[in-house]
Amino acid sequence: MQAQVQRRTFKSGMPPVVDDDDYHCSDAMWGSLAGFGSLVKGVPSFVIPSVPDPAAFLRLHTDDHADPSCKIKIQHGTTTLAFRFQGGVIVAVDSRATAGSYIASGTVKKIIEINPYLLGTMAGGAADCQYWETYLGVHCRLHELRNRERISVSAASKYLSNLVYSYKGMGLSMGTMICGWDKTGPALFYVDSDGTRLKGNIFSVGSGSTFAYGVLDQEYRWDLPDEEAQELARRSIYAAGHRDAFSGNTCNLYQVKEDGWQFIGNYDITKLHYDWAWGGSW
Amino acid sequence: METSFALTGKGYVIVAADTTAARSIVKMKDDQDKIKELGSHLLMAYSGEPGDTIQFAEYVERNIRLYQIRNLYPLRPSAAASWIRRSLAESLRSRNAYTVNLLIGGYDLADHKPTLYWIDYLGTVVEVPFAAHGYGSYFALSLLDRWAIALTRGRPRRHTDILLRYHNPEATLEEGLATLKRCINEVSKRLIVSPDRYKVKVVDKDGVREVEL
Repeated sequence: MQAQVQRRTFKSGMPPVVDDDDYHCSDAMWGSLAGFGSLVKGVPSFVIPSVPDPAAFLRLHTDDHADPSCKIKIQHGTTTLAFRFQGGVIVAVDSRATAGSYIASGTVKKIIEINPYLLGTMAGGAADCQYWETYLGVHCRLHELRNRERISVSAASKYLSNLVYSYKGMGLSMGTMICGWDKTGPALFYVDSDGTRLKGNIFSVGSGSTFAYGVLDQEYRWDLPDEEAQELARRSIYAAGHRDAFSGNTCNLYQVKEDGWQFIGNYDITKLHYDWAWGGSW
Repeated sequence: METSFALTGKGYVIVAADTTAARSIVKMKDDQDKIKELGSHLLMAYSGEPGDTIQFAEYVERNIRLYQIRNLYPLRPSAAASWIRRSLAESLRSRNAYTVNLLIGGYDLADHKPTLYWIDYLGTVVEVPFAAHGYGSYFALSLLDRWAIALTRGRPRRHTDILLRYHNPEATLEEGLATLKRCINEVSKRLIVSPDRYKVKVVDKDGVREVEL
């Protein structure tokens, strides 16, 4: 039976695959994935364009510096920030989507709610971040079902980092922060499409990140009270919205606490500007 | 910009690497450990393409550990360096090569010798008395050439003494760390956007440990 199955599959030009019904794993194979399923069906992979060099193909149609008339314009400019402090993790982002010099939207949700304990931020390609962070959410849920406990922020971020690393050089563009609360307390990781993964207390990502850092680094303390931490995050996003042409519109603010994330609010950056610049006297 | 140094002395190897993680012009982190402890007596400093560095370092770390689990004894530094070099050389001809430069410092428990290997992403391996990677190497290597001479007792008598005795295998750990500090200070003085913090680890007969400069 085994031989028959193998012959059949070789003929179709596919790697040998054993039918599910026939499959029972060998002792050597058992537990080799620590309960994460079996590799018998091979490593799941993505369909890529059937051209000799998919990465070059993508670059040809998306690189708007080389060719301003290219068909696909990827959303790029952004300001996102997150920091760990006494009260958990504060996450704040702007909401502007630009395609070239055009403001495509002013109401983008750049904080992705992966699950009630995990948030992901979006900088770089909007589609890449949205898709892969949602995909990460699926795998975090599967981890819960298999292991009867929530995935750690460290493990979730490493899952994402290994995933994007396997697509390195193929045109993925994402700079994301994975924020959450696990057994170790508040946790924050920076993950980008180079495959970099960093643990830290303060991160800011995107074209406006330098402006956000400028404000954030000055006032940041570990023992900041919740109110002040939220105000600092708003102030930092505002600074970036003010100075960076590719960031602006509104600021979305979240805080992650022991019992999961909370949405704090959505703030109009123009309104913040007039509230602060004129002492709210309008 | 990314810099790492290493030097050998009497019964030890010092390995140092800067601790910054940068993304374009932004310093994302200033306490990143870029020196992996591959075993009780083996250190590896890694630098290069972001992403590749950590992926490759963890791959090496796990495989070196696996060898020890399977065989009950660890790879000697020379064997570890050969295996790591081969991994890089095989990767070089693949579609996605690891762009990683390494310094491997180890203390060989079999012949009681400290050994240092310089490895680049092309798969070059050289056993050396001291080594550096990154922009810092342009300043540090010449300095180490000279300082190694100065550390030998007395002035070299013959011309060949310089060639033969430029490295002082008898330098104490204090002398070695003093030389390392000279490297770091020189890089801070002359290199634009130079790193300001380094992590320093030492390996000797007692194993690996971190030292504060």
